[in-house]
Amino acid sequence: MNAIFHAICQYLSEPLPFMIWTTLAKSAGLLCVVLGMVSYTVYAERRVSSLMQDRLGPNRTGFPISVVGSWLGQKNWKDWSPILGGLGQPIADALKLLLKEDFTPAYVKKFYYWIAPGLGIAAAIIALAVIPFGSSIAGVPMVIANIDIGPLFIFAISSLGVYGIVLAGWSANSKYPFLGAIRSTSQLISYELALGLSVVPLFLIIGKLNLVEIVNYQVQNGWMILPGITAGKLPSLQQALCWIPVLISFLVFTIAMFAETNRLPFDLPEAETELVGGYHTEYSSMKFALFFLGEYTAMITGSSFIVTLFLGGWHCPFIPDGSQHWWWGLVNIGVFFTKVFAFLVFFIFIRWTLPRFRYDQLMKLGWIWLFEIALVNIFLTALIVAFVH
Amino acid sequence: MAYQVPRPKLTFAEKIYLPTVLAGLRITLGHLWRMLRGKTHVCMQYPEEKWDSHLPEHYRGAPTLVSDEYGRTRCVACQLCEFICPPRAIRIKPGEIPTDDKFAKVEKYPEQFQIDMIRCIYCGLCEEVCPEQAIFLKKQYAITGTSRAVMMHQKAKLIEMGGIQQGVVNKWNEKK
Repeated sequence: MNAIFHAICQYLSEPLPFMIWTTLAKSAGLLCVVLGMVSYTVYAERRVSSLMQDRLGPNRTGFPISVVGSWLGQKNWKDWSPILGGLGQPIADALKLLLKEDFTPAYVKKFYYWIAPGLGIAAAIIALAVIPFGSSIAGVPMVIANIDIGPLFIFAISSLGVYGIVLAGWSANSKYPFLGAIRSTSQLISYELALGLSVVPLFLIIGKLNLVEIVNYQVQNGWMILPGITAGKLPSLQQALCWIPVLISFLVFTIAMFAETNRLPFDLPEAETELVGGYHTEYSSMKFALFFLGEYTAMITGSSFIVTLFLGGWHCPFIPDGSQHWWWGLVNIGVFFTKVFAFLVFFIFIRWTLPRFRYDQLMKLGWIWLFEIALVNIFLTALIVAFVH
Repeated sequence: MAYQVPRPKLTFAEKIYLPTVLAGLRITLGHLWRMLRGKTHVCMQYPEEKWDSHLPEHYRGAPTLVSDEYGRTRCVACQLCEFICPPRAIRIKPGEIPTDDKFAKVEKYPEQFQIDMIRCIYCGLCEEVCPEQAIFLKKQYAITGTSRAVMMHQKAKLIEMGGIQQGVVNKWNEKK
């Protein structure tokens, strides 16, 4: 028995099997973390929005913490249960959505109707594969696929997500989903350009298209939006000058990311007040939930992308990376997800603050402002990189 | 003639929109912060906190049958409420009071009196039409049940909910 165990261990530590099982383990771990995060982002969205609107939001369904809260209340301490309770809400929501009747209307195009929800969420999850979510643990780099075209891969895959929306709108054979799908397509086309062009300055400065290398560059030279400071030394003249185009590209990229993930103020594909429910009007139960999850997963993918490109990825000043000790690797992962969560909260703040854009304003912003700004920004960066040393 | 809508002249800060975003964030985050510190008065936490002590006198809750000071159900089974009830929630089966009874001259009493609380719309017409002031809309509002039978309020339940109420109709009292 011992010999068999030994042989398995031997086999698993050979290069190819080692790579395969670590990759599988990383994928499973990341998937669990991200899906857990998705459900709690939905919860955070509901709580934050309600607090902003002077309501309380779902505060009943969190059994353990509600009990602790009411116990504190009995002890004449501040009763936190209205604030903390409700943490079980995502579980209850998931159960409800799974057990609801899954209704397929008779007039839909069945095949496309069925694959559309999957496409949306699959694209968002696959794009996560190239994000370096930590430094390394015991020599294993914390990225699922360390490829040299990371950002291109993310752009390619995440824009596939629009197929989920388009197919849903078209196959539903109904006018409101169709309008939502059309809006979504045109919005994606308008903002994909700005999204892609706005990060080109970064690649000009860093000179690499590998996300792991991009994070390493930021570890050595400071985060892209905080140059030099985080690395503990003053930035060079070139870095200091490049800070301006980087800030512009951060701004443009963030705005385009909002549009890309169909969040307010750019949520025209859904636009509850205009289009009933938008592209997912005809969907029910778990198929609807998949769109919902896909949207939030896309949010997480987008935030991790922004964090990786501009906010230093897993790096935090004064915290060593995983080559020092394996638990520093875990801390780095924690830092990364903290940053991502902070950005998600920012997404939520914006959503409950701004009203929706009008359609022509949306197009004007995309084509006349963001696209041009991103384009000029590339030349500005190129000039700085070429002439200032 | 076409009317040209006057457009406001926007300043540069308004045109680039971002300061407005920050101003909006200041408002929403202010609300969030006041909420987190518990400074905002929020809506009532219903099952724990109730509005009951603040209900106005004219509040129309569930209809009930009241009894007079002798414990007699005031209803004389005239069936006016059954007749007026817009959703037809009331069903009355009148019965005759035996001649040797103390209240023999009342002549009729409701043998069965049922109000279908699934149908009732709490309009209060039954209370208004009742010549005997026998039916009142009390302040109970949480009328729930797990079956239709429970929601069908029978005479015993209605009397229990109504309790004793003294009113201006004293014509069945010998001494008044």
